[in-house]
Amino acid sequence: MAGQTPWQTTGPFFHFGFCWKGGADLTGDSALGSRPDLTAPGHDVLAEPGTTNRRLVKGERIEIVGQMFDNTGAPFTDALIEIWQANAAGRYACPEDNRAEIPLDENFIGFGRAATDKQGAYRFRTIRPGRVPGPGNTLQAPHIAFGLVGPGILKRLLTRIYFADAPENDEDPILALVPAARRSSLIATREPGAADIYRFDIRLGGPQETVLFDI
Amino acid sequence: MKPFAPEEKAAQPPSLFPDFRSSVTRAPASAPLKIPQTLTETTGPAGNGIWERLMGGNATDLTKQYKGEPLGERIIVSGRVLDENTRPVPNTMVELVQANPSGRYAHNYDQHDAPLDPNFTGVGRCITDAEGRYRFITLKPAAYPWANGPNTWRPAHIHFSIAGPAFATRLVTQMYFPGDPLFPLDAIACAVPEWARDRIVCRFDLETTMPYWALSYLFDFVLRGRDATPMEN
Repeated sequence: MAGQTPWQTTGPFFHFGFCWKGGADLTGDSALGSRPDLTAPGHDVLAEPGTTNRRLVKGERIEIVGQMFDNTGAPFTDALIEIWQANAAGRYACPEDNRAEIPLDENFIGFGRAATDKQGAYRFRTIRPGRVPGPGNTLQAPHIAFGLVGPGILKRLLTRIYFADAPENDEDPILALVPAARRSSLIATREPGAADIYRFDIRLGGPQETVLFDI
Repeated sequence: MKPFAPEEKAAQPPSLFPDFRSSVTRAPASAPLKIPQTLTETTGPAGNGIWERLMGGNATDLTKQYKGEPLGERIIVSGRVLDENTRPVPNTMVELVQANPSGRYAHNYDQHDAPLDPNFTGVGRCITDAEGRYRFITLKPAAYPWANGPNTWRPAHIHFSIAGPAFATRLVTQMYFPGDPLFPLDAIACAVPEWARDRIVCRFDLETTMPYWALSYLFDFVLRGRDATPMEN
């Protein structure tokens, strides 16, 4: 046995390394996710991803937008948000998910990363995930796992987002563990006037504090 | 599906560590809610070729990213990504971010009065091999001041991000160098309990040094491993 390596904060100066081109766009070959505005001129050295054909990803295209706030309600201006999700059919692009009866999507991986800006805002382009199994014989509602790091965060914070228009939320085994009064902090809502944009704000304190998970 | 063993919480920094000033407003107000690991947590971006598709290929020699030679002490940083059962974690992404040998990051918000080097950025990527090994050639970063107190300095360190086999095994940390007088004074390093603090310090190794070329430091990352008991599902 070996002792687990302790976590440390990312600090504020990670953007030129950890934010890669296209990292926040899981469905297209765009540059969303990189932060040339924060990289010293001439220091954009990392190779770009190989050809991905991400524009061919199957599923309903959505955007997830939101703002992150610290425990005083001030914008969290330099967080790094990571997401992990299943494809539209409900299968994870990981050998551990070996359910051959659910198709993989060769153009979709399901991992993304976006840094918040001066307003604490972030944006991902992805697809609405399918359902995946939960504990026992349960089925989970469509959801996306969120990991939050950044300066001032010593160890990653974890949460999940669900979709307000998903009737499956009522039978989700993880949401059922969350006190009813706090469930709404995990539910992304459609932006008024935009059918494909969901808003998910993250609050580290206050009356609408986002529920965080310990896994 | 087997879940991952619990996090070794005693060895981890707390969310709120008042000596580290920015944690005061950025630690969550409430404790996290314990949930069982599901397929969402026991999977992650893993498998052949997945990291090249996501981010692009390896960039392991940080001294050869430009036409000119960068200035500073060349070092080799290598080791393995293991789980707590000392099993190697192959084919996973190790990302590196660091300051240059003057103590300056290639970041537009870094205001430290120290020069950038046009031939050194301080970023690298290495996908682990079948034995979980990674290896970087880089320059030794320098200490730099930060606004945590009236005269506070970060010890020399390298930021690392390791994906691991699953969402549950992710690790982002900093690696420090042996014998640094700033290490015991550092509010970020000291957020780790003293008895576990040597787990974030690398080891000087003469054996793997390249004679007349570069000194060598070894550092293994240890991630959560599989729990012994299978889940009900």
